[in-house]
Amino acid sequence: MNRIQSVLEQDRKLLSVYFTAGFPNLNDTVSILTQLQDAGVDMIELGLPFSDPLADGPTIQESSTKALKNGMSTDKLFEQLKDVRKNIHIPLIVMGYFNPMMQYGVERFCQKCQEVGIDGLIIPDLPVDEYHNNYQELFKKYGLLNMFLITPQTSDERIRFIDSVSEGFIYMVSSAATTGAQSSFGEKQTAYFKRIGAMNLNAKLLVGFGISNAETYHAATKYSKGAIIGSAFIKHLEKTGADNASAFVTQIR
Amino acid sequence: MSSYHVNEKGFYGDFGGAYIPEMLYPNVEELRQNYLEITAQDDFKKEFDQLLKDYVGRPTPLYFASRLSEKYNTKIYLKREDLCHTGAHKINNTIGQILLAKRLGKNRIIAETGAGQHGVATATVCALMGIQCVVYMGELDIKRQSPNVARMKMLGAEVRSALSGSKTLKDATNEAIRDWINNPVDTHYIIGSVVGPHPYPDMVARFQAVISEECKVQLMETEGRDYPDHVIACVGGGSNAAGIYYHYLDDPRVNIIAVEAAGKGIDSGESAATSALGKEGIIHGSKTLLMQTPDGQITEPYSISAGLDYPGVGPMHAHLYRSQRAEFVSVPDQEAMDWGLMLSQMEGIIPAIETSHAFAVLDARKFEPNDVLLFNCSGRGDKDLQTYIDYFKL
Repeated sequence: MNRIQSVLEQDRKLLSVYFTAGFPNLNDTVSILTQLQDAGVDMIELGLPFSDPLADGPTIQESSTKALKNGMSTDKLFEQLKDVRKNIHIPLIVMGYFNPMMQYGVERFCQKCQEVGIDGLIIPDLPVDEYHNNYQELFKKYGLLNMFLITPQTSDERIRFIDSVSEGFIYMVSSAATTGAQSSFGEKQTAYFKRIGAMNLNAKLLVGFGISNAETYHAATKYSKGAIIGSAFIKHLEKTGADNASAFVTQIR
Repeated sequence: MSSYHVNEKGFYGDFGGAYIPEMLYPNVEELRQNYLEITAQDDFKKEFDQLLKDYVGRPTPLYFASRLSEKYNTKIYLKREDLCHTGAHKINNTIGQILLAKRLGKNRIIAETGAGQHGVATATVCALMGIQCVVYMGELDIKRQSPNVARMKMLGAEVRSALSGSKTLKDATNEAIRDWINNPVDTHYIIGSVVGPHPYPDMVARFQAVISEECKVQLMETEGRDYPDHVIACVGGGSNAAGIYYHYLDDPRVNIIAVEAAGKGIDSGESAATSALGKEGIIHGSKTLLMQTPDGQITEPYSISAGLDYPGVGPMHAHLYRSQRAEFVSVPDQEAMDWGLMLSQMEGIIPAIETSHAFAVLDARKFEPNDVLLFNCSGRGDKDLQTYIDYFKL
């Protein structure tokens, strides 16, 4: 069983944390992974930086620009992750845009992911139909799960389709927004969480976008399996440097 | 027979599609499901045609450039899109899209702009319809193109500075897309070129197709046949080219020539010649040719003309290039600038620097005396006066 699937089976709410590889410094990647694991994070999304991250707000975009300036690249990331599975046992997901993967060669990219021990991918600009028609077999061959996003505007029919091709979790975007845009949840979000919860989907739901503190974490996980924090953690790294990751996690739960 | 138009899945050969985050899916899907039906309705066509006639000033003339024809010993026609209201072909598309947006019940418009021509054309139609307008423009372009910024403001639009990335057109486009993600229900995004996710490239091409539709009638009157031997246009994203090629795409009698900006030279590292320098990839939701690093990071193009420095090219043009349906030529800054002066002094037409690039093909390539050449004179040069002044020390 894939590590993502195992952790989704566990009987507790999950915390997944995103950070951009190569930020704040080029070689912080493994240290931050270790700190997050030690602090009890259940899953980590590692951002492969892209020059034009359409779905991200200013915080993640700036961290990507910085990471690229620091010299982060696809090869560099795989090199940093070469021995990562000696110490890191929690699921690792690479989150990135499709163009850098295309240029690397999608199959070669998947193969490398498997080699270093990546469990899954989140590719915001790879549409579910395109994945289903052209890449599902390939991802499977290399033991990678692909996670899809849904939003408050996604139709029930489309959610059912996404559910049918999802083997990991579904990434439930909390509101119509880019990353880092919201600061709290209102009735609208709650109603949306409840609506999706009531659909009894096969895939477990993790809520992302707008989770920044204990309050929003608890609000989000009330109706879902877990929550994903990205921009707030990037801001924390920016403020306190790369050595204080665990302080962030303890203030969430 | 193979067609160079979009297929039912939104692709031109290998290129096109809609590689968009799920957050954009409902907006783009709403457009995809409705654009053909709405634009085919009688009341839409009537309003579109009426505005093109009374407001834009169409049909634009097809002008036989006699001095130029004599000098190059061939027959040169200029389709005078520079005479459109706001000074370029861009308004054909913004008129079409604003009418579509109204019918989709949208009450807020966003747009991206590089040189400011599309921003001005969008601000203009929003003023015309009394609809709120926000234009994203790179911080650097705002400084470089201040007269167009002032025009947009005068027309009532809000100009927002794109501060991310390289602070130019591609970043303004990213910011506009993010705005749309954050405002999915009330807002329509008017893309200015034949780029972006399907259905945008096809939709914009259809609105610009009026250019070649008129050429067919006008050539029939002057030449007794409705097609040229060569149709020539500059290509950045490629909307003016798409418009003048449109009705000739599947006509094998017509040779298509696309002129890209070589900037300081193809190998100089400062160029915008996407066909020569680009590789297949994804930009702004479309699979196409784009300039990028080996690692897949999108790079910043360069051209003296702000309207041609887009790192990608519309998927239609990527397909025309790969299938060799079109001839691609690239022209450096210097030749384009010289042609700006040449056209001014031989025909009394001061062209936009984008447009000037197209004419340099006359030096690059030989034409027969009986060949009919159809150039898209896509925009006028007022906006470029400062660049011309600095360049020629006028």
